[in-house]
Amino acid sequence: MTEASLIGLFVATVSFGALLYLAALGELLAEKAGVLNLGVEGMMAVGAVTAFIAGVELKNPWAALLVAMLSSAILASVHGFFTVGLGAEQVVSGLSLTILGLGLAAYLGKDYVGLPPGAELVPVEWAGLSDLPWVGPIFFSQAPIVYLALLMGITVSFVLSSTRLGLALRAAGESASSTDSAGHSVLGLRLSAVAAGGALAGASGAYLTLSITPQWAEGLTAGRGWIAVALVIFGAWRPGRVGIGALIFGGTLALKTRLQTFGVDFSPIILSMLPYVLTLVILLVISIQARKRPSPAPFGLGLAYRREER
Amino acid sequence: MNQAPSSTNDSTLAVELSDVWKSFPGVTANAGVNLSVRTGTIHALLGENGAGKSTLMNILAGVYRPDRGELKIHGQSHHFRNPADALSAGIGMVHQEFRLIPSFSVAENVVLGSAATVLRTRQVELQVSELAERFGLKVDPSQPLWQLSMGERQKVEILKILWRNAQVLILDEPTTVLTPSEVGELGDILTKMANDGRSIIFISHKLHEVSGICDEATVLRQGKTVASALPIESTGQRELAQLMVGTSASSTDRPSPSTPGAPLLELDGLSALGDRGLEAFSNLTFQVNSGEIVGIAGVAGNGQRELADVIAGLRPSTTGSLLMDGADITTASPQFRFKSGLAYIPEDRLGVGLAPRLSITDNAILRVYRQQRRGPFILAEKALSYCKDIVHRFGVRSADLEGPIAALSGGNLQRLLVGRELDGEPSVVVASQPTRGLDVQGVKAIQELLIQQRDSGVAVIMISEDLDELLTITDRLLVMESGVIRGEFDPRTASRDEVGMAMLSDGQAITDT
Repeated sequence: MTEASLIGLFVATVSFGALLYLAALGELLAEKAGVLNLGVEGMMAVGAVTAFIAGVELKNPWAALLVAMLSSAILASVHGFFTVGLGAEQVVSGLSLTILGLGLAAYLGKDYVGLPPGAELVPVEWAGLSDLPWVGPIFFSQAPIVYLALLMGITVSFVLSSTRLGLALRAAGESASSTDSAGHSVLGLRLSAVAAGGALAGASGAYLTLSITPQWAEGLTAGRGWIAVALVIFGAWRPGRVGIGALIFGGTLALKTRLQTFGVDFSPIILSMLPYVLTLVILLVISIQARKRPSPAPFGLGLAYRREER
Repeated sequence: MNQAPSSTNDSTLAVELSDVWKSFPGVTANAGVNLSVRTGTIHALLGENGAGKSTLMNILAGVYRPDRGELKIHGQSHHFRNPADALSAGIGMVHQEFRLIPSFSVAENVVLGSAATVLRTRQVELQVSELAERFGLKVDPSQPLWQLSMGERQKVEILKILWRNAQVLILDEPTTVLTPSEVGELGDILTKMANDGRSIIFISHKLHEVSGICDEATVLRQGKTVASALPIESTGQRELAQLMVGTSASSTDRPSPSTPGAPLLELDGLSALGDRGLEAFSNLTFQVNSGEIVGIAGVAGNGQRELADVIAGLRPSTTGSLLMDGADITTASPQFRFKSGLAYIPEDRLGVGLAPRLSITDNAILRVYRQQRRGPFILAEKALSYCKDIVHRFGVRSADLEGPIAALSGGNLQRLLVGRELDGEPSVVVASQPTRGLDVQGVKAIQELLIQQRDSGVAVIMISEDLDELLTITDRLLVMESGVIRGEFDPRTASRDEVGMAMLSDGQAITDT
């Protein structure tokens, strides 16, 4: 194992970590507001394909990113309409969204398979910092979306903990009737959280086709949306912990493709299971703690709200 | 109608509701209700369960929209579309079920409705505790809500409304969750707020509390106003009671003395843990005989709920043994206990006792569905006729037996639950707060059913916080405090004060002053 390949591993860890973090932050927003959205995988796929298409057609990576975020936000709003607006079962709607999103992405992208990218988000060079040994390549030569993920993490964390909007959003996820009687619109809060979550999943998908693997192929998301869903539980619904989890899970993704080149005789399939095994362990810990204190999961997660229902 | 409203003009009226109508499927909850509340007074809204009090207040608080009717706040007409509208017009409501968020701190709960765009935790907590002190509400703003007692949570609810600077406060049966000393404290707080120029609507059906706290009263019966703006001081409790029930509600007479037989339920050194893993009660030894009602008195939270759970088999005991009719059932399943003749009327009717989203019929057969089946299928016809039988025999008033049970009022829910439990001809009945929150007639009906059971040789345990009720209908009275029996009384000779002293023997020194 050379120094270069080790640095390469860490570069990929941060990069995959950011990819997962964006999607997980989106899911965290929705879940904090009380809406479970299992459609992350589908929203990522739609984000990835629309970013690629917009890149080819518009030749501008930033416009492509915006298109991806918008598309996924619209797709997420379908989930919002059914679950928040009509009170439909969230698990069913979310799973449908994943299947719908994956199908839609395959359909939209069928003429773009194998095409060269029209636009790419190239790594940012930070004057002076990028040339530092180790930290330079790992932290200061990443694609702009990595810094966007970090910025979003800080923003989401601040909004949730220290603003009126965040308080109301968390309240909507804990107890819709309390939020309603406090004069906040549960419908509005939940719909916007779901849409914002979709936009972040879209950005995550765009990162794939604009930077990590700048091309389109069906099945490109490869289950990473599901890892993002698990990540929210792993991070106990806290943006900071989810960030740490993203790096750990990102590390497993980065390691998976490099195991052989490192000459380690370890099945990459077991490594793929690691995020889910870790999540189960965390669930166990949460469940044991729940005997003494309330669970960190939003209490109203998954529950529809209708005002005049007793 | 009994008395003309005192001379008022619009400017002194905080709330004026006229000719309010509201229907739910199958029920007309409000049929032309009128209500006037003068500014700076504590106004009692009286009525039996199902009289339409909560519906009317939910309309005033913007939760429900009326089908018809006019609503004026401080002389101005309003049409609330949601609770936010009501709040901005200065109306705040403390619901019977608190609208609080357990994982939030006290301060977060308080400011939820109106917080600054950016929150500075320290500063917010300071502001909340300043507000709390102004009205004598003692709470720690940084404490997470789930650690608070029910009485403290109520203070947080009141603080929430004060934080929004509401001028009209609605309290929906606020005393049901309070201990007697907390009721007194609440009265002081409300008086302070009224002196501050705020108007308070106090929903209740406990007349002695109303006369201690409120200035005026409006009485509802079957969705209509039967008396408005009665001055409390000059109106007797008897007159109020008559207005509420329509007929003279005579106090329950003592039933004929019992003739106890052999012990049917025996507790020997029984102990169990509470929800938080602390000991709920320890080393309880007593027995309940055939043909007697044994009352368990005590302030809520002294182990009574856990005791009922353990007897019903819903909570494991840690030490000791439990015998029913001589057979050891310490570790038996709830199903086995039911089959052996144990009926359980739980404190939490809609959670433990009944399934809110199932129909009345489904709830009625919940215990005995094995008798209404052929193979794996439930026989709908048979189930329905069984349900009709219970509904008829126990006087459940209901429009739609296939409709969800949550549409029933509290009294009818309890009749159905008690009917279902007593139908199996039990030998032991455990009734936990069986009459709490019921109207006068409902209380009477349930008490009579329990006495009937006793007279037919059933052993009855009745857990209640209503001391007067226990002193009237039980044959023996045990007082539970901090998980142990503090005394046994003969309700025929015991004085209220004696029993009250035993109830408060130790806990008092810790909670007060």
